[in-house]
Amino acid sequence: MAERLIELRDISKSYGHVYALGGVNLSVDRGEVVGLIGDNGAGKSTLIKILAGVVKPTSGEILIRGKPVTGWSAARSRDAGIETVFQDRALAVQQTIVRNIFMGRELTGWFGWLKVGKEIEEASRLMREIGFTSKVFTPQSIVGQLSGGERQGVAIARAIYKQADLIILDEPTTALSLTETAKVFHFVRQVRASGRSILFIGHNIHHVYDIADRFVVLDRGKVALAADRSEVKSAEDLINFMEDVAHPGGLAGLHDAGNAKQAAR
Amino acid sequence: MSKTMEPDLQNPLGNSHSDATRKEWKHPSDHWMRRFVLDNRAALGTLGVFIVMMAVFMIANPTVFTTWYLYSSVLTTLPVALFVVVPLVFVVTCGEIDLSFPATMGFASWVFAVVVQAGYDPFLGIAAALVTGTLLGFLVGSLVVYGGLSSLIATLGMNFLLRGLIQIINEGKSTALTSLADSWAYKIFSSQIYGIPVQIFWAIAFVVLSALLYNRHRFGAQVKVVGDNPDSAQQMGIDVKRVRVKVFVFVGIGAAIAGTFSVMINFTWWPTAGDGYLLPVLASVFVGGTPTWGGIGTVVGGAIGAVTVSFIQTGVVAAGLSGFYVQFFNGLIIILSLLGHKWNQARYR
Repeated sequence: MAERLIELRDISKSYGHVYALGGVNLSVDRGEVVGLIGDNGAGKSTLIKILAGVVKPTSGEILIRGKPVTGWSAARSRDAGIETVFQDRALAVQQTIVRNIFMGRELTGWFGWLKVGKEIEEASRLMREIGFTSKVFTPQSIVGQLSGGERQGVAIARAIYKQADLIILDEPTTALSLTETAKVFHFVRQVRASGRSILFIGHNIHHVYDIADRFVVLDRGKVALAADRSEVKSAEDLINFMEDVAHPGGLAGLHDAGNAKQAAR
Repeated sequence: MSKTMEPDLQNPLGNSHSDATRKEWKHPSDHWMRRFVLDNRAALGTLGVFIVMMAVFMIANPTVFTTWYLYSSVLTTLPVALFVVVPLVFVVTCGEIDLSFPATMGFASWVFAVVVQAGYDPFLGIAAALVTGTLLGFLVGSLVVYGGLSSLIATLGMNFLLRGLIQIINEGKSTALTSLADSWAYKIFSSQIYGIPVQIFWAIAFVVLSALLYNRHRFGAQVKVVGDNPDSAQQMGIDVKRVRVKVFVFVGIGAAIAGTFSVMINFTWWPTAGDGYLLPVLASVFVGGTPTWGGIGTVVGGAIGAVTVSFIQTGVVAAGLSGFYVQFFNGLIIILSLLGHKWNQARYR
């Protein structure tokens, strides 16, 4: 069995009286692509922010490679080998591509002085690696001049710089063209092939179905379904299930299967 | 920043890697001069404004503007402003503002005056002033950042509070420090070399070091990112609050240096020390080309802005106009500079 990279145990998060997450269990093994699906307000973003260390859970436990973590923060999350490509891409648009790639992880020499030459060199290597083909931009171009897809590229370049074990992609294909979406898919497969893991969050169930090894459906702060690829016959199955969750009483078959699966875990 | 123009701190001799990299990203803007102009457009714009203004002054009154005395008097007082303008560029870049620096100048220089008057060496006084400035900066920064207050209002309040404290304790009385004239500290920090006030060299060193800090150091990089997009900075693991407190501490240190210099120049500490710097210093930052919205800025531009602002006052009077014109020209230069910068730099979103 593959190594268990990260495990969330009974994670809850409430904002005042509003529950965003109510006892979520989620795990990601090495080398697998987990697709996280859910409607708006299902708690996907909160879950990602907890993994990224930006939001602290109200209760629950986070285990990295089997060890429970303490003092979880964004910096700790990145140190633990988790990189997140946020939905809004988390870029500082008035800064250069280099500054964005090394945001919070500046390459420094003595006394915190930047290794500017090395940063530029690494940034151009990363840009080549992710197939950033435009020759119009240099690593010192301002991110605000880039298109949406190119900005996504910068966010992804930042995520792969440290050979992270787990890359979280939050709605990576939203607002991207077909070719750009294809690039993202290619990237996901590359990462999996290199033995690293991806948590892929998507609205587009077809996209998630195409790429993921395992599916987790969130609904109103709880895991409504956790299924391996073999258990889901087609993207339509997933869509039906989602509809069923949203409007109970519909197609019962998979729902029951899902519940049984959930109970078994 | 152009590699051709700027020394690479890591590889002072240059290396083949970066050359190869540059070839692959060949682009018209790779020409060092074009890049230099693009990277420094705000500072160069400010320089342009300054040159035009000086040209107008010189045409208006050539005799006064070719005498050294005029420049010598500007160079005496300008350094005091530079020590606060530069840290303020960091604060504004970080998306904050600090209006408490005049009181910090007064407070830190008061500590300096007390130590010197008590008969201790002025160097000890400078050290005490620096500690005071650091602590006050930390206090103001913590209040804004951890108290979650608006920096505009909170620092304005701190300015009144600290100034009031100075006035209450001193009952409006000044301190004369005649013994300073014979001290080593005075010779090193405030005398003249070949008729040039020595403090300008210290100020230039401060500007250069700060410009490097701004462009070539992790601190500057994080200040810019925090001012640009604090949420993203936090998501990428930057301790946003800490960076914000640090910029206020930097202003505190700069204000302490500025206050101490102003006392050494005048041999006297006044309870109002620093008060007159509030508006000219703020104007210098924005005339210099640092925009109000945070994320970007220019230290060198701010310094040129300070030079411009301090020449307006001297220049208007020297050009033969009455002192009534000073405010008018101050305003004119500020508005023209802002219009220039607006046209000169785009805001990316």
